[in-house]
Amino acid sequence: MSVDLQQFHQVFFEESFEGLDIMESQLIDIDVDDVDEETVNTIFRAAHSIKGGAGTFGFMNVSEFTHVVETLLDEIRSGQRVLLRAHIDIFLQSVDCLREMLESLQAGAEIEEERPAALKKEFEQFLAQPAAGVSDEAAAGTAGEGTVDAAADSASDSSSDSSSDSSSGKAAEGGVAQVVGWQVTMRPDANMLRWGNEPFRMFRELAEVVGEDVLTVEADISQIPSFGDLDPESCHLNWTLNVAKGVDKKAIETVFEWVEDDCEFDYQPIMSTAPVAPADHSAEPPAAESKGEDGQTAEAFTASTPENTPQTSTDTVEKPAEPATKKAPAAKPAAVKKTAGKGSENSSIRVSIDKVDSLINMVGELVITQSMLGQLGNDFDISRLGKLLEGLSQLEQNTRELQESVMKIRMMPISFAFSRFPRLVRDLGSKLSKTVNLVTLGENTELDKTVMEKIGDPLVHLVRNSLDHGLETTEERVAKGKQAEGTITLNAYHQGGNIVIEVSDDGAGLNESRILEKAIQNGLIPENNHLTPEEIHHLIFLPGFSTADAVSDISGRGVGMDVVRKNINALNGTIEVRSEREVGSTFIIRLPLTLAILDGQLVRVCNETYIFPLVSIVESIQVNRRDLSHVTGSQYLMQLRDEYIPIIRLDHVFSLRSEDEQPDDIMLVVVEGDNEKIGLVVDDLLGQQQVVIKSLEQNYQRVNGISGATILGDGTVALIIDISGIGKTVDSPQHRERIPSSNQAA
Amino acid sequence: MASILAVDDSASMRQMVAFTLKGAGYEVVEACDGSEALNCAKQQTFDLVLSDVNMPVMDGIELVTELRKISDYKFTPVLMLTTESAGDMKMKGKQAGATGWIVKPFNPEQLLSTIKRVLG
Repeated sequence: MSVDLQQFHQVFFEESFEGLDIMESQLIDIDVDDVDEETVNTIFRAAHSIKGGAGTFGFMNVSEFTHVVETLLDEIRSGQRVLLRAHIDIFLQSVDCLREMLESLQAGAEIEEERPAALKKEFEQFLAQPAAGVSDEAAAGTAGEGTVDAAADSASDSSSDSSSDSSSGKAAEGGVAQVVGWQVTMRPDANMLRWGNEPFRMFRELAEVVGEDVLTVEADISQIPSFGDLDPESCHLNWTLNVAKGVDKKAIETVFEWVEDDCEFDYQPIMSTAPVAPADHSAEPPAAESKGEDGQTAEAFTASTPENTPQTSTDTVEKPAEPATKKAPAAKPAAVKKTAGKGSENSSIRVSIDKVDSLINMVGELVITQSMLGQLGNDFDISRLGKLLEGLSQLEQNTRELQESVMKIRMMPISFAFSRFPRLVRDLGSKLSKTVNLVTLGENTELDKTVMEKIGDPLVHLVRNSLDHGLETTEERVAKGKQAEGTITLNAYHQGGNIVIEVSDDGAGLNESRILEKAIQNGLIPENNHLTPEEIHHLIFLPGFSTADAVSDISGRGVGMDVVRKNINALNGTIEVRSEREVGSTFIIRLPLTLAILDGQLVRVCNETYIFPLVSIVESIQVNRRDLSHVTGSQYLMQLRDEYIPIIRLDHVFSLRSEDEQPDDIMLVVVEGDNEKIGLVVDDLLGQQQVVIKSLEQNYQRVNGISGATILGDGTVALIIDISGIGKTVDSPQHRERIPSSNQAA
Repeated sequence: MASILAVDDSASMRQMVAFTLKGAGYEVVEACDGSEALNCAKQQTFDLVLSDVNMPVMDGIELVTELRKISDYKFTPVLMLTTESAGDMKMKGKQAGATGWIVKPFNPEQLLSTIKRVLG
């Protein structure tokens, strides 16, 4: 039968990625001076599983590469080698390398060969370094070149082939003499049977390997004790097996592989002609005998067949042909042309069984409610209205619960996003020679999977920034009287319907004068400005702003905070910064818990219904038309307490009403997006409700100022306003960046 | 048909083994480490135990040692799935009471032929 192994690939990839994560986190945790044995074991086990799985599923380059990793780990684990800091570095690199390899395999792409090859060389150098008793494993590692796994195999093969048995070796050397058969005496320990090894099974197998007609088995019953002393669990028999065929000795040995140590075996080759150098032969009696009997003895042996011979091997057993199959993996590595699996990245979620159970439970209740309502509808009478309402409210509850549990399935603890940072901070810290302590808080805070995937990069950017620009060097810190070790804190928590992620450092804080200088230099703000410190801080989010003097390897590659902000805004989130000189900076990201559902405020503009994300609403006020001051064209401003905010008339934006028909009393919804307040003029505030977001891009096309659409209870479609986008649609070019809004007023 | 207990902490390996064996008509119970396997073995008597060596909680060697203490498992074939072609693990397994071993990586055909050898 053939089994399609491809169906297990996805599981293999997933568990391997998990294994790599485990390796990585354990490697970071490890203390070189006080190595915890269990930690090394855990790392070893992960590598070991990846190697085993990769080998089984035919990913030979992965399994070969993991083999050297495993070898070094094994030496450390078994105490043959002391763990060095350099080892941890190379292990971490190999984790990255393996991840890359597996990712390309998963995507059905070709594996990049250079990196694993280079790393493997490094591993081999480590392995070659003298450490007590590394002889054979290191040899297997280095000799293997391309095929380490195979090297180990063939090493053991060849040892049994040539060196182990001098007589066969000599016989082969002799050249003239040919092995035409084998006489094998087998003297089992009394307890060989105890562990489930059944001699007749082995004989039957041998019969299949060498051919039924050339094998004869003779039992030596002389050791059987009298019935009274007979221990049924012990083996009292010895056997002599004759193979009248010049088979490879290994083929026979393989059959008895499992009991090698439970039995005494004596292999005597039967030669066609006398061997040339009998001197080496420790001239045991059977050997001499077989020499004398020469080639024609086959029949003689067969003649003496006792009834033990497996007469009818129930030929269901396939030929094991052990030697042949063992060679197969050795040949494979060269030909690891990927059987390009469908490239699609199959993203999947692991869901705890509890969540699924509660879901099933809820669907069950929904079905009950449905059937109740169905019955009610079949013969409805107005007297049963109460019952109907009751049913409907039950349906509402069911739906809400179902919605909540479905959402929960998509929720994952933020530790998934945080987990990469210990490594990142460690690597960067050592690159910048800053000692950094990473603190993560609120790791169990749950977040929608999609949001999680998209927040990863902005977070990396922020952490890099904090490390590179935020934290001072150790000397500077000491000079300032700060703790030598800098601290970066990642904190996540829920606040209202949002998740808040904070990235803070206890570094130098934002340098306001430098920011101003740079912003003026880049023409982002005029020279005579009156910006508050907060407004100055917000300048760093402007496109084209970078304070890094030199573009460093770590941050400042031209991808600035503006991109971070854009990415976060795209998730319906916001970012702000708080900073204090010499105390540190904190970046605060606020994100919706999910991208699929939005808490919305329904508003009416003329006859249309629009939805504002509830999170972005600051306040709603009623104002008189006279309170608006006309700036230019269709631009209006309004003084709201001590700040001026731009006013956007949605009826104009969406061309619902002509310029001149304007009511005197205006309903104004003040919203905040991109750290900027704007007032949106609407006709009426309707209800608040959760809406399911449907993509406008997928169903229609992208519309500026609109982030999506939803379907209301009455079946009509309502557009969801993109708060940060709507401001830009009406901005005239000269006002494109107007972040410090009061600046404009000034 | 014979019943087999398949023990491996790697889900992909376990699934592959179970799928292969079930396809060949064996009854298969899966366990993800030694202690889980031991519990299964106490609840039901298996004709063969296939176990990985390197596992968390309780490894394969410990599992065989424990199994051999149970009278029902005195003669039951126990095969270790091992990558250590070096022989070290094979010997350790044997000493603990394993019947034999299958060296990883193996393909489904090799697995089945070995198992047929043992179960006849």
